[in-house]
Amino acid sequence: MRASRPKVAIAAVAVAALAVAGCAESDRDGSSGDSKKKDTLVFGVAGDPKVLDPSFASDGESLRVARQVFETLVRPEEGGTKVTPGLAESWTPDAAGTTWTFKLRSGVKFHDGTEFNAEAVCKNFDRWYNAKGLMQSPDVTAYWQDVMGGFAKNESTDLPPSLFKSCTAKDATTVDLAFTRVSSKIPAALMLPSFSMHSPKALEQYDASNVGGTAEDIKYPSYATEHPTGTGPFKFKSWDVANKTLTIERNDDYHGTKARLKTLIFKTISDENARKQALRSGDIQGYDLVGPADVEPLKKEGFNVLTRPAFNVLYLAINQSGNPKLADLKVRQAIAHALNRQALVDSKLPPGAKVALNFMPDTVEGWNGDVTKYEYDVEKAKKLLAEAGATNLKLKFHYPTEVTRPYMPNPKDIFELLSADLKAAGIQVEAIPLKWSPDYLNATTSGSKHDLHFLGWTGDYGDAYNFIGTFFDRKKDEWGFTNKALFDQFKDADSTADPAARVEKYKALNKAVMDFLPGVPVSHSPPAIVFGKDVTGIKASPLTDERYASAEFKS
Amino acid sequence: MFRFIVRRLLQLIPTLFGLSLLLFIWLRRLPGGPETAILGERGTPEMRAAIRRNMGLDEPILVQYGRFVRRLIRLDLGTSTATKRPVTTEFLERFPGTVELTMMALVLAIGIGIPLGYLAARRRGRLLDHLSVGGSLIGICIPVFFLAYVFKAIFSENLGWFPSSGRQDPTMDATRITNFFFLDGLLTREWDAAADALWHLVLPGLTLASIPLAIIVRITRASVLEVLNEDFVRTAEAKGLTESTVRRRHVLRNAMLPVVTSIGLQTGLLLSGAVLTETVFGFTGIGAFVAEAISQRDYPVLMGFILIIAVVYVLVNLLVDLSYSLIDPRVRVR
Amino acid sequence: MTITTGKKKQKIDRLSELAAREDERGVSLWQEAFRRLRRNPAAIVGTVILAIFVLVAVVGPFLVPYSPTDTIGIRDGLIKPGVIPGIDGDHWLGYDHQGRDEFSRLIVGARQTLLVGVVSTLIGLAVGALIGGVAGAAAGLGGRWGRWIDSILMRFIDMMLALPSLLLAVSIAALLGASLTTVMIAVGVVSVPVFARLLRGSMISQANSDYVLAATSLGVKKPKIALSHVVPNSLAPVIVQATLTLATAIIEAAALSFLGLGNPDTSVPEWGVMLADAQQYIDIRPGLAVYPAVAIIITALGFTLLGEAMREALDPKLRK
Repeated sequence: MRASRPKVAIAAVAVAALAVAGCAESDRDGSSGDSKKKDTLVFGVAGDPKVLDPSFASDGESLRVARQVFETLVRPEEGGTKVTPGLAESWTPDAAGTTWTFKLRSGVKFHDGTEFNAEAVCKNFDRWYNAKGLMQSPDVTAYWQDVMGGFAKNESTDLPPSLFKSCTAKDATTVDLAFTRVSSKIPAALMLPSFSMHSPKALEQYDASNVGGTAEDIKYPSYATEHPTGTGPFKFKSWDVANKTLTIERNDDYHGTKARLKTLIFKTISDENARKQALRSGDIQGYDLVGPADVEPLKKEGFNVLTRPAFNVLYLAINQSGNPKLADLKVRQAIAHALNRQALVDSKLPPGAKVALNFMPDTVEGWNGDVTKYEYDVEKAKKLLAEAGATNLKLKFHYPTEVTRPYMPNPKDIFELLSADLKAAGIQVEAIPLKWSPDYLNATTSGSKHDLHFLGWTGDYGDAYNFIGTFFDRKKDEWGFTNKALFDQFKDADSTADPAARVEKYKALNKAVMDFLPGVPVSHSPPAIVFGKDVTGIKASPLTDERYASAEFKS
Repeated sequence: MFRFIVRRLLQLIPTLFGLSLLLFIWLRRLPGGPETAILGERGTPEMRAAIRRNMGLDEPILVQYGRFVRRLIRLDLGTSTATKRPVTTEFLERFPGTVELTMMALVLAIGIGIPLGYLAARRRGRLLDHLSVGGSLIGICIPVFFLAYVFKAIFSENLGWFPSSGRQDPTMDATRITNFFFLDGLLTREWDAAADALWHLVLPGLTLASIPLAIIVRITRASVLEVLNEDFVRTAEAKGLTESTVRRRHVLRNAMLPVVTSIGLQTGLLLSGAVLTETVFGFTGIGAFVAEAISQRDYPVLMGFILIIAVVYVLVNLLVDLSYSLIDPRVRVR
Repeated sequence: MTITTGKKKQKIDRLSELAAREDERGVSLWQEAFRRLRRNPAAIVGTVILAIFVLVAVVGPFLVPYSPTDTIGIRDGLIKPGVIPGIDGDHWLGYDHQGRDEFSRLIVGARQTLLVGVVSTLIGLAVGALIGGVAGAAAGLGGRWGRWIDSILMRFIDMMLALPSLLLAVSIAALLGASLTTVMIAVGVVSVPVFARLLRGSMISQANSDYVLAATSLGVKKPKIALSHVVPNSLAPVIVQATLTLATAIIEAAALSFLGLGNPDTSVPEWGVMLADAQQYIDIRPGLAVYPAVAIIITALGFTLLGEAMREALDPKLRK
């Protein structure tokens, strides 16, 4: 008996191996899953959602799920940025521009059967406005604070007063939202998924406002992790955090056109190449953030590659509190002239990318083509540097690793090209690569140790302030300058009630920014999203607001 | 024997204490904190400061450590700052994946390594021998991530035989009991789910197995060669025993001792070697999660996981030491 | 905490025991080992590989046809998203994804790869030798304090062996920020415990060896014993281990590059970085990944072959 033990072991292993092969083989041959698969779409995403209640979310992946499960009062047109009716059919401001009346769609029900009406709208706004304790933490209600500032009772002196004032339900389908001042953000900002309508009953039942736990570990209520309840075309089914899959199902009682897919699964695959491999091997039937180099090969293989309109900007930021020479406008101009942005766009960015003239894309009102353009001219750059007495300039150039963003598909390549350009103009470059999160963001947006870095922005909604206001309306460590005149100009534009007059002010602002040159806008690039060969119906959205409800498998 | 076990377990306490203190200080020295990871590019310095205050990260390090220890005594490892879920839950859902992967790698390394090493020794100097010796050398020298990439490109992307990532096809919607997916499939009689889980293990298993496989081939070969030269084998052959009897009774049995020893040691190595493999294959085990936790500065997860891994090490190590005395009667545990 | 490390430990300890043996026939350990080495085909192959590698690393950069950082292809508009031109007459291995000459990069990359391998191994060796030396000396001195110091240092080393080496390297890189120095330190630290155990082991076995006892009883002074016997005898296993460590160091450095923690200075090409970068373009130009991968494998193979042959040559058990 004992003598043959090793042999038994070997035999057992061999049998097990055969059995494995056999099982899986039969599974593959049977392909019984095919009929089931045709109404189930597995979509590969780059990161896990953080939380399922969009009130608490600011990351793209949480919002992607929220956009399928929830709806907002106003929403962007499909495939565009224009404000169109959502749960509200129409909206009008009063003469002062501070109170907005919304007419609501009737006959809409939440997933739990609760009626959607004016009262529900006010319950939602009151919940956000009356946030207490940890719900006032900036990592919990980031978008509310971005748009509305503070709360009913601010618990921290860091918080500004609230823009939101009150919500009044006038009748079942009419609701008034009052604000403390005129703001260009209304009503466009209300289409952010963070202003999604939740079922008041579910909010109460699952204790949605109880962001608890101890100070050092925030615990979200079960509403935000297990029971998100909206009015959207899909209902939440399950979220397997450990295995990185989130499943939503068709809402058969949806008030609009019902989803064609029965089940939609989001699967996180963080590596770009791994997503491509998973698509080819059939593990997934679509994924987001396609590398520019993969667009053409995937198209040739017959996959449906959709290109979103470029609603973003990539810029090279110059920190004026860094190297003292950078406070000199001539040096900043020299940097701008040194960069061969066209070559970068042609070789590294996806087809359809453009060199940026403003810090915002030309599809947003307020864009100005008549600004100072800094054409590629190495000699001029050298001359400007000589005039500024900065011939021996050595700059710390930060770039991020392990990340792709819609505006920045391959940071390292972009860095190499930009730094080669700078070197050609006689500027020495010290490379500082940092991991995107948290190291890179930390180093470039706080402190003053950085000289150059690049970052970008994808618009949340179609408004100029969301781009240039976010960057330049106050002193920020990222740019390191104080320009009171410019800051005041922003304040004035934001509080202009008349849209036409406001657009003119934004145009002037874009010109002022490009003359002051706090950094160099590099490009607007259209991010790509891909679906399987037999998946149709999805329209690419500049706001990444793709509606998976219209996706279907071609038979 | 009993005293040996008790002593080893008692030694665990100061080791864990030292490890946790070192780790705690080391982690807090890393630049950037969870607040930046949480906020992303939209964070302002004020927002970050507020989060640090909320999390108690602005207090002296020893105060923070004291709080950690008090909670640890109550077996509370805290909540992940990245996923906002209890660290224990995260561990229970992810550790089974790593164990499955490790077992798969072991099965592959043993199942291929021992027969190959044995055959190489029997056919010493011939083609098979050269191939397996050469192959095992290359197995040690090839970067694991590149091997993984080649496997995926060939067997998954082009041939479509194996899935390229994950532990199970999400459309399976399989029932979870233990989080050992293969076991769950057997328990619930969802045979296709079990097969699918196994199928997902093949490529990462092969990748992880590459180095132990190479080592097992070499040890088996060397050990069999040594035994073949021993006098008792010659005696047995001279006695006129059939070749298969000699092989079974004498050569294999004696040659297996060092191989079995090395397999025991490989097990622990695999558990920790899974970081890169899991990352490349999007395999949701503890290795990939810990690597992610470092970049997210997820302190509670890092502290908890590394301490648990350390305990597991010590326990597996203890088992291996005990098993020596079973395999080889000459070794006595004192 | 010995489980991961058991195998490593066995090998290391065996190596350090060997060093304590003075050849019974009076032939010096070195001569005998060298004789055996010359007859081993693996050693010859390994030496040839390494000779070529070192030659390329030293003189290659002076002979390459193009600058390894000149983005020729981008300037000429040859590189487009999804397009990387392949081999043409002037560019023997084509362009890389940034329009640079791949052949020149591969040649120049050898130097950086060698540099990273050698320096990180030296770091590991120096720190490991220090810890191992102190522990060994403390153990040799004996007494309660000696044993205590030795035991603390060794527990520390065991802890290092037990932590997944990649995690250690990743957190070092995160702490210090990516730079060439960081890569070298991170890779070097991983081999610290190996060298520490090796040196401590050989010091202890030599302290107990017959020839040291004999020398002591003949009245030879301790420093002289250390210089003329202990040091030369511990050198051999250290050199063997260093050769083997060089192979893993090169692979480990490549893994760090793959994880985005490699050398940020893009003006000097390095194989690991080239391989990591190329994965994104593997559809378009698989060669960009294959060339550096093969280069890494062959070099690591060279070090491994030579190292293993040296170990065999030193092992008296095999001298039959």
